[in-house]
Amino acid sequence: MTTAAGAPLADAVRPARSRRPRRSRFGAVPSKATGAIVLLVIGILFVIPLAAMTWFTLQTVGTGAFTLVHWTAILDPAQASSYSDLFAGMGNSLVLAIIVTAIILVLLLPAMLLAELRFPTVHRVLEFVCLLPITVPTIVLVVGFVPVYQVVQRVLGSDPWTLSFAIGVIVLPYAYRPIQANIGVLHLTTLTEAARSLGASWLVAVWRVVLPNLRRGLLSACLLTISVVFGEFTIANFLGQNTFQTALLLLQQTDPYVATIFALAALLFVFVLLVVISAAGSIGRSRKQQS
Amino acid sequence: MTSTAPSPAESLVVRGTPVQLVEVVKDYGTGSRALDAISLEIHPGEFVALLGPSGCGKTTALRAISGLETIDAGHVRIGGEDVEAVAVHRRDIGMVFQSYSLFPHMTVAQNVAFGLQMRKVSKAERVRRVQEALDLVGLGHLGERYAHQLSGGQQQRVALARALVTRPRVLLLDEPLSALDAKVRVQLRDEIRKIQQETGITAVFVTHDQEEALAVADRVAVMNAGSIEQIGTPEDLYLRPATEFVAAFVGLSNRLDGVLEHGRVNVAGQDLVALPSALQDGPVTAFVRPEDVLLGATGLPAIVISTSFLGAQRRTVVQLESGPALTVQHATSEHPQPGDLVRVAFTGRPVAVAARS
Repeated sequence: MTTAAGAPLADAVRPARSRRPRRSRFGAVPSKATGAIVLLVIGILFVIPLAAMTWFTLQTVGTGAFTLVHWTAILDPAQASSYSDLFAGMGNSLVLAIIVTAIILVLLLPAMLLAELRFPTVHRVLEFVCLLPITVPTIVLVVGFVPVYQVVQRVLGSDPWTLSFAIGVIVLPYAYRPIQANIGVLHLTTLTEAARSLGASWLVAVWRVVLPNLRRGLLSACLLTISVVFGEFTIANFLGQNTFQTALLLLQQTDPYVATIFALAALLFVFVLLVVISAAGSIGRSRKQQS
Repeated sequence: MTSTAPSPAESLVVRGTPVQLVEVVKDYGTGSRALDAISLEIHPGEFVALLGPSGCGKTTALRAISGLETIDAGHVRIGGEDVEAVAVHRRDIGMVFQSYSLFPHMTVAQNVAFGLQMRKVSKAERVRRVQEALDLVGLGHLGERYAHQLSGGQQQRVALARALVTRPRVLLLDEPLSALDAKVRVQLRDEIRKIQQETGITAVFVTHDQEEALAVADRVAVMNAGSIEQIGTPEDLYLRPATEFVAAFVGLSNRLDGVLEHGRVNVAGQDLVALPSALQDGPVTAFVRPEDVLLGATGLPAIVISTSFLGAQRRTVVQLESGPALTVQHATSEHPQPGDLVRVAFTGRPVAVAARS
């Protein structure tokens, strides 16, 4: 006869399951060979256009001989004026990326948290509003934005940063989804209630418990936001703003080689950004695990 | 002269704090009140279970005590102080939730330390108290693990340690065992009771599992449709149910039509002693426990309908010749088979009666 009280409990001393390699919950885990093949095929699909673009920038006009002249031209002070619009557009796009990311973090994220934690009845409405822009063709949105921007320009001027409002709308579905997916796998209500029962105020509960657990979703949302900002052309073009994409198109018409070099640079920039953001996301976690 | 270090439980001992619900009303606007003017007085250091079916309002009552739910009328008092206007994080409560509520990004030790950090306890003190709390629940060696590296039972133990480490005035347990498998459930149930007794904390335990409630609580409040039907010791509820609902909900009962007359109830031709009630003589429903019915050589003729083995006992359903079916609990040494003709008799213990609905 055994008594539970006072005795070391079976599951308290059971070795942790995590000491064994964790297995996926899904049965259809691909073999290493299959994984390698998939990676190889995807890698080729990515590398071929990049290689072709690089190849193109190294060719001489007419003869097709290899040359670095197009690359060195970018740094040539004599031709700086040719590329000044492009550099200005690049700066504008960076500013837009920062503002739109801020809009997502300052407006969308709190709205989603409020809908999840305090006002579950508006959850569906928020989801509908956030996903709606993806169903409307950009050109249709632009037609709607034009009269709105006449007001915006009267009130705030016509600086390129004002584009962030329009792009903020376009980016909503891309930012909403990863954050919502992250929220969906957490018991946010229970976690915040637990934090509050332990003495944390609402703000502290969100800062100390909610946000750290939403890090992955937030990083994905930020990355997608930046990608959309650097990929959006129609709105900037129709609203007459100079961004990286519009400047690149103009440059393409006069110097396709340098335009291709900048396109390559933009792709590399986004790739590096992806790696940096992903690394930043895992730094805190690995540090905790080490401690 | 020697001095001994206090055990983990001793160092977490808290003064028991009384908790009162006075005419508490909560209305979600769904047509019926979640809490319909309920009143409940919990004594310092007492372990009270709120028992009832889904939707009866037991979790709402617990959340009203914690402050996670606002109330529409009435008073919630902790330690004699009205706390309706006090925010959750200032009520000084400890709470264990039904679903696993450990913070996934923190280790076990960090989880347990969270409440102490919120109270600005010094680091050295924090480390000591976290270790004591984890030792108390038998997980002192798992402080560096993350929640996903623990079993369900271990996670709930950590949640218990986290709730107790701040030495709260009252411990609130919201169906903490319902996500666990049967064996761990019983172990943890007993452990919660042991810790509660050792620390002397006032505890409120919400459950829909009557066995759980009867096993651990000093008193059980049976709730139904937003009201408390009866508050009493487990024995009171089982042996002297105050209402038809309590008689039917707590334990298994045979509901038999009978006629009450001068404190005795006539059921299936048998004259049984009725538990004291305010009922007038006349038609009633009698609640006869399966263990108060005997299979034997004498008594009312019946035919066996089904029988099931329960481990220590066997439960058999028989149909009386006179009509009603009866569930009989008896020793496993008897092996009635479906279709067998048997005889059943009543032990003669007093039975609960309620107005026939």
